[in-house]
Amino acid sequence: MRPQVVRATRLVGRRFNSSSSSSSSSSSSPLNNPNVQKAVEGAQKAYNQTAATVKKVAGPLGERVGSALGGYREPLVYNSKVVASVAKQVWQAEKLSPPLDTAVWARAYSQIWSRASNLGYWRDLLKTGAWAGLGVAPTITVDKDELYRRLEREYTTHEFDELCFDFGVELDEDTTKDVEEARAKGLPTPPPQLKIEIPANRYDLLCLEGLARSLRIFLQKEQPPTYTLSVPDKLQEVYVEASTSPLRPYFASAILRLSRPMNQLEYESFIDLQDKLHQNLCRQRKFVAIGTHDLDTIEGPFRYMCKDPKKIKFAPLNKDQEYTAEELMGVYETDRHLGRYLNIIRDAPAYPIIYDSKDRVLSMPPIINSQHSKIIAGKTKNIFIDTTATDKTKLDIVINMISTMFAEYTEIPFTIEPVKIIMPDGSSHLSPPLAPRPTTASSSYINAATGLTHTREEICTLLTRMSLTASPSTSDADALDVQVPPTRPDILHECDIMEDAAIAYGFNNLPQSMPTTNTVAKAFPVNRLGDLIRKECAMAGWIEALPLILCSHDENFAWLNRPDPGHYAIHLANPKSLEYQVVRTSLLPGMLKTVRENKALALPMKIFECSDVAIQDPKSERQSKNYRRLCAVYMDKKSGFEVTHGLLDRVMQVLGVPFLEKRESSGKYGYYIASSEDPTYLPGRAASVYYRPKPNVQPTEPTPSGPSSEGPLSTIASTLKSALPSSAEEGIPWSRDIIIGSLGILHPTVLNNFELTRPCSSLEIDVEPLL
Amino acid sequence: MSTQSPESIQTLVLQTLSANGSIPDSRELIVDGRALNTPEDQGAVRGVLDSLQSKEMIEYKQITTTSFTLTEEGKTINENGSHEIRVWKVLPVKGQGEPVTVQELQKLVGPDVAKVGQSRAFKNKWIAKDGAGFVRAVSSPSDETADQLREINEKGDHAGGESVTKELQKRKLIQPKKHIHYSVTKGSKFSTEVKQLETDLTADMLQSGAWKDSSFKQYNFAATGQPTDGGALHPLLKVREEFRNIFFDMGFTEMPTNRFVESAFWNFDAMFVPQQHPAREMQDTFYVKDPVKALQPDPEYYERVRKIHEEGGYGSIGYRAPFSREEGEKLVLRTHTTAVSTAMLYELANQKGGFKPAKMYSIDRVFRNETADATHLAEFHQVEGVVADYNITLGNLIAFMQEFFAKTGNHKLRFKPAYNPYTEPSMEVFSWHEGLGKWIEIANSGIFRPEMLEPMGLPKGVRVLGWGMSLERPTMIKYKISDIRTLVGHKTDLDQVKKRPAVRLEKGDD
Repeated sequence: MRPQVVRATRLVGRRFNSSSSSSSSSSSSPLNNPNVQKAVEGAQKAYNQTAATVKKVAGPLGERVGSALGGYREPLVYNSKVVASVAKQVWQAEKLSPPLDTAVWARAYSQIWSRASNLGYWRDLLKTGAWAGLGVAPTITVDKDELYRRLEREYTTHEFDELCFDFGVELDEDTTKDVEEARAKGLPTPPPQLKIEIPANRYDLLCLEGLARSLRIFLQKEQPPTYTLSVPDKLQEVYVEASTSPLRPYFASAILRLSRPMNQLEYESFIDLQDKLHQNLCRQRKFVAIGTHDLDTIEGPFRYMCKDPKKIKFAPLNKDQEYTAEELMGVYETDRHLGRYLNIIRDAPAYPIIYDSKDRVLSMPPIINSQHSKIIAGKTKNIFIDTTATDKTKLDIVINMISTMFAEYTEIPFTIEPVKIIMPDGSSHLSPPLAPRPTTASSSYINAATGLTHTREEICTLLTRMSLTASPSTSDADALDVQVPPTRPDILHECDIMEDAAIAYGFNNLPQSMPTTNTVAKAFPVNRLGDLIRKECAMAGWIEALPLILCSHDENFAWLNRPDPGHYAIHLANPKSLEYQVVRTSLLPGMLKTVRENKALALPMKIFECSDVAIQDPKSERQSKNYRRLCAVYMDKKSGFEVTHGLLDRVMQVLGVPFLEKRESSGKYGYYIASSEDPTYLPGRAASVYYRPKPNVQPTEPTPSGPSSEGPLSTIASTLKSALPSSAEEGIPWSRDIIIGSLGILHPTVLNNFELTRPCSSLEIDVEPLL
Repeated sequence: MSTQSPESIQTLVLQTLSANGSIPDSRELIVDGRALNTPEDQGAVRGVLDSLQSKEMIEYKQITTTSFTLTEEGKTINENGSHEIRVWKVLPVKGQGEPVTVQELQKLVGPDVAKVGQSRAFKNKWIAKDGAGFVRAVSSPSDETADQLREINEKGDHAGGESVTKELQKRKLIQPKKHIHYSVTKGSKFSTEVKQLETDLTADMLQSGAWKDSSFKQYNFAATGQPTDGGALHPLLKVREEFRNIFFDMGFTEMPTNRFVESAFWNFDAMFVPQQHPAREMQDTFYVKDPVKALQPDPEYYERVRKIHEEGGYGSIGYRAPFSREEGEKLVLRTHTTAVSTAMLYELANQKGGFKPAKMYSIDRVFRNETADATHLAEFHQVEGVVADYNITLGNLIAFMQEFFAKTGNHKLRFKPAYNPYTEPSMEVFSWHEGLGKWIEIANSGIFRPEMLEPMGLPKGVRVLGWGMSLERPTMIKYKISDIRTLVGHKTDLDQVKKRPAVRLEKGDD
């Protein structure tokens, strides 16, 4: 999803709004305010030009959306909500006109953030404004008076918030106060609205009709309706031709015969639901696309086929002129709303198209409807819905949602006229697939999982409040027969039914008891060792840094005078920023960047980190392995090599690893350092850290210095090695020594690469071999 | 002119007090025939008085007086007379010469003097208008301003007091100068002999026993002590330790989260996150291009996972959406540590001896493809706990959350139904924040879906509750940090790392 402003633009250029939304209708809409329109266009333009910039700027508003897996939301979402709300508050409070370009966006956000550091400011804001709903879940805007009228009750904001909380939706904003203030000043304003965040799998709550219906049922003001198919004198027919496969082979349809034409509010809700479904479940029309038509302007039987784009010609929605499908690709190429859907079919040899019996085009899914069949609010009485899809399951959900949500407006409420779909193989079926899905749920399971001790009848009552029709099974003393209505495709398993029972009962009313699971705590050994080392470093006078794990390729290699050995570092495919190209293979770059950003600190600067790097590992399932390392950097007027060396000695001392002085020492266990050639360090001031494990102990492998060679040569080499008599047995004491790291005075070119002007020494070692 | 040595001043002060009982004005102290009346002298006196007062030998009061000196303009008037008198002087007596016009006057005395002098002389009625010019109106005016300045120049003040000096100050002719001197009286321990005071107890004093006869200088208890020179642990990781300790208190085993790279299979598929879920899109998840793809997981397990997505099973109708092997083979930087929990639950189900109840937790880095700003980083820490046992209830989860968060200072919780692809029921945990006066969301929790657990081989009666939150958010609230970049990453302020107070989660937020 996009930032709010951008999202708003979709209203303007939506594809399947088969209508001439009369201009007076939306006079109340902020979109008709030329300034808002301009702002929206400005933001959209900037977005297209420099997506990254706007993402950064508008990030708090929209960038988080959709990424958080629906749950486990981190603070970023929280903060984005706060910021979005803050942004709005500031603009309203200060009577700022909406920002017209990216620079203004950026400035506005920075302003907001400078205020946001003040706790009191937050508190005031949070008191007055609800958090804008920009989480994973879609947010719908409904007319407050209309919703309360349907709920047969006036709610205070607090009361309604509580109802939402219990039901599992979230009231993000109640605009009543803003509207009253505007009215007091004599400003034109839309009626009060409620902005409500809906869980991502509850498509049946995405419009006012559905939300009101579900809440009424929840509040026991009505029973769940039964959605039925009517039996018309003559069925409308749609022939699906073989040419639609494999591009977009699935088709579903439904007819709504309304008792009266939809009024403007209902019509907008109808369009908005399609938009919400297109953006969410239909994944930008990729999986499913919806078209709606005035049935009285077209005549069945209809044909759904794929056809050479050169041979398709019709006047698309809101255009008088006719275009071929090929030409339309050009026409919409630069269209900021429809442009993004073109690639779904552009390269196909034949495009999906729906004709009526007189060869009039209904729509060219998933791009555009025809002008001819468009719906006109206040006039159209019989609505023909077409849905085309690449995914059968989602198709069924979508056609059921569109038809059931608005079925309360049909001549006989909740009755939908079916359409006969004739498939290429001659088989046929009626659409939409409204029949409830019968399933069973175990009452003992529901009681056990919720902690309740309800009878089957009591559970059925709870389930009815969640729009599920349930009754005790007559054949099984434990089972409930549950009818899952077409509006609840989110029910996949008994556990979804159990949750509904718990929601109806009230999560906060459930009997609470601690689980009796009796276990003994245990630390992960690598973390335990790491913490021990971290504390020693801090006690030794070093400050802990916490740099990022991702870094640029240059920072990780070239800037340290290290070559990339290839198939070594983990390279990212799609980073948004050049700062994040690889997973670090060394802790040093992050440490040097930390030094760079903290030059003002008093010298000497002594910092450390004990954390993971990751290296490619062809042997493991995830093709990569982490290594826990310790890195320390010292900076002063002199390099302080001996100070850094001292830290190594101290860590080894604390871990009880004896100092061996040199390679030739006969000691069985310990460490020593020896001069090495390492371009990261000043020549003559570089050393490798050697570790001699205890006899008969196989230490954890240290970080490899290059890609692991799986080739036949290395296999031969290791075979040979193991076949030869062990050199240790020949009395060479260093035969088992391994290099676990290095230390030295950083090379002046390395310092220069990280913009450091004072000498530094550094240490980096693996700690896992010391386990 | 050098100031006197402190010793000589000290002797003088003590002897004068001894002889006279008091010193009303320290400027009257005389050393070598010279009064100590310069500011430098008085500064030296102050040093001596402080030292003596700290030994309670004397008491003193500071007296501030003001004198005036002439400004440059004041000096000119003192020498040449006031502007008005200079104007008067150049004008003819009425009828005895041509009246002087404004232009001529400016030529005669200069434009500045003419302007001010003309208006003041007119006000004093010394001059009068005559035709187009001015003439004298009195024969011998008294130049009061010049007289006043002369007196001030000589005495530093004017007998007329403030009414005179204020006016002259306003005219910027004189400026005030503050003088400080002291009046001194004997203190409770007055003596003409000064005893040497010690500043600290030394080893020598202990050895020699001199401490018994020593007197110690008064200590300034209002000053701060000397800063310590130890290192410091990072504040975020201190909060991590708090959480670890809570988990350990509650019997949790730490999971091995030392694995940044996951396959999409483990990060999403195995958790019953549909392959079409928006979170899996390129824009939210970091995908890896080198290495190219993951090795296959256990083929039987893979098949069970495929089936539950594509066809359903274990009492579920599944997603009934296409499921591709390639999608699951993609490598990603883990978007949540729940990927590790998932692998651990799989191990729990397949360990030797079969499933045993377990409580596991982890706190480690996760990655989201974000552009960094004040609220977003591509990396943050996830805190996660899972409890796997037979017959876990939603009431257990709620009770557990109450217990867990009470240890973090959150004592008033409520729970909201939510949606999450891999837990059902899912609950958002809200805590009442006194400071913000608002319910804030502090964690997400739920019971893992059977579609995730049963393909792993966990027994049917086993339910697993889990909850997760970020480590950064409570830390930011705790420390009132509004820009996450100052907490995590190389832009961390190391000075703050040292100065942040210790974390005591159980005390709650301010």
